[in-house]
Amino acid sequence: MSAKVQPGSPVELITADSRAQIDRWTTKYPPEQKQAAVMAALNIVQQQNGGWLTIELMDAVAEYLQMPRIAVYEVASFYTLYDLEPVGRHKIYVCTNISCMLCGSDTIVEHLQKKLGIKLGETTSDGRFTLKESECLAACGGAPMFMVDRTYYENLTPDKVDAILARLK
Amino acid sequence: MSAKPDMSTTQPPDADMVTIEVNGEPLRAKKGSMVIQVTDAAGIYVPRFCYHHKLPIAANCRMCLVEIEKAPKPMPACATPVADGMKVFTRSALAHDAQRGVMEFLLINHPLDCPICDQGGECPLQDLALGYGKDVSRYAEKKRVVHDKNIGPLIATEMTRCIHCTRCVRFGQQLAGIMELGATGRGEHTEIGTFIERSVDSELSGNVIDICPVGALTSKPFRFTARAWELTSHPSISPHDCVGSNLNVESRRHKVMRVLPRDNEAINECWLSDRDRFSYTALNSSDRLQSPMIRDGGRWQEVDWSTALEFTVAGLRRVIDQHGSNQIGALAAPASTLEELYLLQKLLRSLGSSNVDHRLRQSDFRDDQALPPFPWLGQSIEDLESCQSVLLVGSNIRKEQPLLGLRLRHAGRKGAQIMAINPVDYDLAAPLAHKIIASPADMILGLAGVASALAARGKATRDRLPDWLSKRVPTASEQAIAQVLATRKPAAVLLGNLAASHPQAATLRALADLVAELAGAALGVLSEANGAGAWLAGCVPHREAAGKAANAGRNAYSMIREPLQAYVLLGVEPELDCLEGGRARSAMEAAEFVIMMTPFSPASAPTAAMQYAHVLLPLAPFTETDGTFVNCEGRWQSFTAAVRPLGETRPGWKILRILGSRLGQPGFDYSTIDEVRAEIDARTLTPSSNLGERLLPPELRVDTNTLQRIYEVPLYRIDSVVRRAEALQQTADNPKPAARMSAVQAASLNVNDGARVRVRVAHGEVVLDVAIDTRVPDQCVLIPSGYPETISLDAHGAVSLEKAEKA
Repeated sequence: MSAKVQPGSPVELITADSRAQIDRWTTKYPPEQKQAAVMAALNIVQQQNGGWLTIELMDAVAEYLQMPRIAVYEVASFYTLYDLEPVGRHKIYVCTNISCMLCGSDTIVEHLQKKLGIKLGETTSDGRFTLKESECLAACGGAPMFMVDRTYYENLTPDKVDAILARLK
Repeated sequence: MSAKPDMSTTQPPDADMVTIEVNGEPLRAKKGSMVIQVTDAAGIYVPRFCYHHKLPIAANCRMCLVEIEKAPKPMPACATPVADGMKVFTRSALAHDAQRGVMEFLLINHPLDCPICDQGGECPLQDLALGYGKDVSRYAEKKRVVHDKNIGPLIATEMTRCIHCTRCVRFGQQLAGIMELGATGRGEHTEIGTFIERSVDSELSGNVIDICPVGALTSKPFRFTARAWELTSHPSISPHDCVGSNLNVESRRHKVMRVLPRDNEAINECWLSDRDRFSYTALNSSDRLQSPMIRDGGRWQEVDWSTALEFTVAGLRRVIDQHGSNQIGALAAPASTLEELYLLQKLLRSLGSSNVDHRLRQSDFRDDQALPPFPWLGQSIEDLESCQSVLLVGSNIRKEQPLLGLRLRHAGRKGAQIMAINPVDYDLAAPLAHKIIASPADMILGLAGVASALAARGKATRDRLPDWLSKRVPTASEQAIAQVLATRKPAAVLLGNLAASHPQAATLRALADLVAELAGAALGVLSEANGAGAWLAGCVPHREAAGKAANAGRNAYSMIREPLQAYVLLGVEPELDCLEGGRARSAMEAAEFVIMMTPFSPASAPTAAMQYAHVLLPLAPFTETDGTFVNCEGRWQSFTAAVRPLGETRPGWKILRILGSRLGQPGFDYSTIDEVRAEIDARTLTPSSNLGERLLPPELRVDTNTLQRIYEVPLYRIDSVVRRAEALQQTADNPKPAARMSAVQAASLNVNDGARVRVRVAHGEVVLDVAIDTRVPDQCVLIPSGYPETISLDAHGAVSLEKAEKA
């Protein structure tokens, strides 16, 4: 299926490498249900695009998986791990759900906001960090915690936060 | 109320049936059905918003919660399958509490704007709030507000009112076949919409207005013009296609305010195409002709009926005296009623002329004598859904007969393989198993290939096949189509509007008939509007009413190609309704006397009728007259006027009646329309699609090397009413007319999308924009008809294109 891309087709926006990755997912499902790979596909093109999805990229995924565009928008707008607006190089997801809240996530959020000079949901002006609030990330044993990009950091303190962020360019 | 307590004991036990008890009453139910289906059938009311009997089940509104014995909590009746011995309580304290609780949640974010909401008075949410809501809200927090979306000229949105039942989303997915609306976002931020700003373009889009249980989606043309309770509803029939959809025309003070579907499972179910729903907007337009007019000595003047009729009679008499009655011809719009068409041909024939026709967009009439009594679908509309294979020949069924397209999608979902031989790769919103997209000439070859592949399977036919056909080696797709048709039963071959206007329509019909015979498939012919009625009424040159043979007169094409001295036009705008608009105008201009019966003033149309017509008689549109339409199943549907005629407008049958009398012809003294209808005795006719004789040419001459024009009439340009329905004209189905061609074709002319080309045909030339269209095969250019820009072009034959300067 990845064999040929019609010139001018929106699929051209997906790199050959990303297409190969998506194809690995579609083979896991029956051919008539390849739309099941939509979440993985969105993840892959989001990575390719520096962490966020454009309408054009979502349209490309729709075309590639032969599904209605709106059905892709539904998925992309439902899950918090898809970003539909430009983001920083690193995405920080601070959990503020009940376990983390009881263990002091408020302090962590306050510290991050002060340190980065932005509010939840915003991106630093140098494009380095995007700060997001998250629901439970299933690491209550290490509360308070956050996820940066794809890595979990647990038992956070303001000092530990400083050390982690210092390592990220 | 068919199920009664004793039925379970008196009926033999059936493996497919179970017995459940609802509110203490035993009911028999089919295994696998949902509780709400059983209660609905038994007339036991369960409140609901998201459940709709024609849509897949979503179970997301929770309004239909009921108590079920042994279940730990209330269950949604729409998504709970019945089980033997199940005890359901729809009105118990638990059920009622649950329903009231859900209602409270639904109203949390719903604005209290019923006084300014168009849905008010016919709103399920409003009605159920009365039964299940609290009189005082406990909710004191902020209500959610959602931005409205602009989704096109037909549907108004007020999305704050949406309760996320997703009926509109499911309608698009499952019925329209194109998912245009979706539920984006999550939780409280969920919104129904298109996500990016775009219009909803389905030809069935208006149905979401009916199924929306709140005022989120309402009719844009109807918006703020009337309240539901002020309207009087009149049953009527749609004149725009051969389906004969059942309508309710709703009026206030003798003005049509809106049109809604009337349930008829056998025809339109509970749906309506946008064309049927919104065409009424034209009926109230300022374009209406309100009194008779005559042109005497070059000046138009409004006159009373008596003067107009006298003038008309004198004009016709003059032509007969000077040129003979065979110099009179009548052209009728296929959307005219059976009675109008009957009286028109009776009038012409009583004057001694058989020049009468309604087939304005056809050019090939070679098989006239061999045709069955009227164009017939070959089966009932409902049966179409159970076909296992369907071959469309020259049919954009989705836009030509939108509700038949819907039936085909149903069939497809049940496993039917749908195939097409078309000049354009139309999107039928259903997957096509096989298709041949070819120029009009190559379509013949494609269909011949299918016939030859079927003949090779050894099935005998009554005809000796000409060599060109029996020797044709079928291509892979032709083989595949033949294979599917021969093996998947029931099978159907459907000839659409593009087949009727094909330059070699008779050959195409003969081949389709042959294919149907060889494959054991039903042949169906889809005509325009009331085409079946027109045939039965005798509004064709070679047959009188009910199929009786007549001394053949001139057909519509010949009446235009070889002009006559007088024309009687019934609801026709010649330039836009005839196959060759330019030639039609010339014919009218050369005529000595032209009578136009029309609901609209031609001054408002891009026709030259104000220069060539001599009499204008205001003709009642379908909402202002009694009449009958015969649909493609041969079903006669009579209706009465919904409102009184506007101004001096008169119903066509009355105009023709008095014209007949004033011309001194006997047999025009009807006192009711029923007497007219009774004269058309079609009881002895058996519907058939088969040709008496197949005109398979001994040699096939198709010109496949020259650039050909593909002729189509877009769905909102087909008749004088829809052409004036402003809202429909603004839809995506009505793009600016252009010369549409493939990228390869455009490259060979060295033009880009949006460039200008000069289009030349044997008769006529125009300059049009180029539109690159991947649906069009190479060596072809698709040019729509029904537009002022393309009037002067002939429909068929070789075309030459050359680059033109930008205007």
